[in-house]
Amino acid sequence: MSNQTGRSTGLAIETAGLVKTFGANRAVDGIDLSVPAGTVYGVLGPNGAGKTTAVKMLATLLRPDGGEAHVFGHDVVREADAVRSRVSLTGQYASVDEDLTGTENLVLLGRLTGHSKRASAQRAEQLLEAFGLTDAAPRQVKNYSGGMRRRIDIAASILNTPDLLFLDEPTTGLDPRSRNQVWDIVRAVVAQGTTVLLTTQYLDEADQLSARIAVIDQGKVIAEGTKGELKSSVGAGAVHLRLRDAEQRPDAEELLKGALDAQVLLEADPLALTARIANGDGNGTAAAEKASRALAELARAGITVDNFSLGQPSLDEVFLALTDRPATPGGTPTDPRDDAQEEALA
Amino acid sequence: MSTATQTNAPGAGGAPEELAAVSTESLAELLIAKDRPPRPSALSASVTFGWRAMLKIKHVPEQLFDVTAFPIMMVLMYTYLFGGALAGSPQEYLQRLLPGILVMSIVMITMYTGVSVNTDIDKGVFDRFRTLPIWRPSVMVGYLLGDMLRYVLGSLVILTVGLILGFRPAGGVAGVVAGIALLVVFSFAFSWVWTMFGLMLRTEKSVMGVSMMVIFPLTFLSDIFVETSTMPGWLQAFVNNNPVTHVSSSVRSFMQGEWPGTELIWTLGWAAFLVAVFGPITMRLYNRK
Repeated sequence: MSNQTGRSTGLAIETAGLVKTFGANRAVDGIDLSVPAGTVYGVLGPNGAGKTTAVKMLATLLRPDGGEAHVFGHDVVREADAVRSRVSLTGQYASVDEDLTGTENLVLLGRLTGHSKRASAQRAEQLLEAFGLTDAAPRQVKNYSGGMRRRIDIAASILNTPDLLFLDEPTTGLDPRSRNQVWDIVRAVVAQGTTVLLTTQYLDEADQLSARIAVIDQGKVIAEGTKGELKSSVGAGAVHLRLRDAEQRPDAEELLKGALDAQVLLEADPLALTARIANGDGNGTAAAEKASRALAELARAGITVDNFSLGQPSLDEVFLALTDRPATPGGTPTDPRDDAQEEALA
Repeated sequence: MSTATQTNAPGAGGAPEELAAVSTESLAELLIAKDRPPRPSALSASVTFGWRAMLKIKHVPEQLFDVTAFPIMMVLMYTYLFGGALAGSPQEYLQRLLPGILVMSIVMITMYTGVSVNTDIDKGVFDRFRTLPIWRPSVMVGYLLGDMLRYVLGSLVILTVGLILGFRPAGGVAGVVAGIALLVVFSFAFSWVWTMFGLMLRTEKSVMGVSMMVIFPLTFLSDIFVETSTMPGWLQAFVNNNPVTHVSSSVRSFMQGEWPGTELIWTLGWAAFLVAVFGPITMRLYNRK
């Protein structure tokens, strides 16, 4: 019954004032989230922001020290078992048994999710095939590449199609190709109605996949909204230029200021300058249009541009805009690894 | 263009092999099935985790070293070291020693349960196990089921060495089987002490250290090597109440073709007590971890 309501109109996740402390460190410091069912929800933040800790509480692995969290209407502490039957977790580090083969891992989890021996073997084979792992199936997972591990890990999470899938930094450490493939998988999963909570350090990943994004830092949500809302609060991006002639830089600076209505930074490199494009309507195409108009004007003024790129706001820029300080892990006073803190207190 | 980049990857020496593409269509088909099978029973989940332990033995057979080479060494060492002095000849001593050394070796081997729990528990796969809607203790019971296989293997190795050296159990096959079965049951119960330490202590080394502190007095201060009557009174008081003494007396009786009587009751009582106390502590730690 709650299945129906959870899927059609309700929220997949609802938290209020969620808190988790490890000693003096408030890893999660009062997080309020509302995640609509059937969408990808991105949780963006640097290492040590509390992303993993928050996911662990929602997946019933950690007990909150304060506040409340409901998954499809079930309390994560009092009704942990009901939550567990609806969710799957793909952790930051491969959540499969490295000593076992790909097939063995999937059959093991198939049996543990209640499938018969034969159904487990069948489902394992189908999943391995869909994930392009048939050749690797008889090999131990410890011999898998990073991309293969991610695949087997996600395959293990969908032995039963979950209503909610937690993906904790699913592409950290992957090459761009493997990363795109993981994105394809995430899209296929959400297309079938599963809600996905995705944590990531990369803005473009959150941008590619999520409908809504929460930015968290030091255990707090510092911004939340749709992609468009978030970007307009940060700025549309930056244009990086490299000129042929250093003497033309002051002219280029003046011209860009006018054309883009933007802050222009002179880089250490005497040939380079960066223009931060202002919010405008917070719409990506507008930024590209403005930039190309500016380029045309530079050409007309006889300024030769050797190199040009239009960048999305990086995570650093988002953080700079939201917190007035960079997002480097060193900038946070806490230990960069959520896990390390937990171990120290276990 | 795209073919060019594809052919580049495998050519880069030891670069990872080209992965087959993800088929999102067949993935979508797999995801359509939303019907969930009923959750597995406690027994089914435990047996599945036991199967996992056996797969690990299959993939890392070196871990059977402790149930093969180690027991052989124990039997040979103690038979020839003490045999002449304590019973006149190694041959004669073996008749008394073998059931005891069997108990000692297997009880010592149980401590590896704690070590494997300790090294395993921090791996990512435990996060997955803990988010499954299954009977919570089944993970731990699965370990112990896998270990029971190791105990049986170790027992058979020791028995074989003993038979070669001249051990002749009066109890015959039935007595030997009963003795080993009782020992395996006790070891299963005793292992809950180690699952507790495996979860409680931080490093593998500390688990080993604590295990030694417990195992050495328990196994040596028993009636395995000598008759209790030769010991001073205060030591007799400890030895006679040591669970390992009860187990080894029972196993010895079975193998000699006698009925262990009250010793059997003590052994089973201790087994029940160990599970009742250390089982819940283990599960508490597991749930908190």
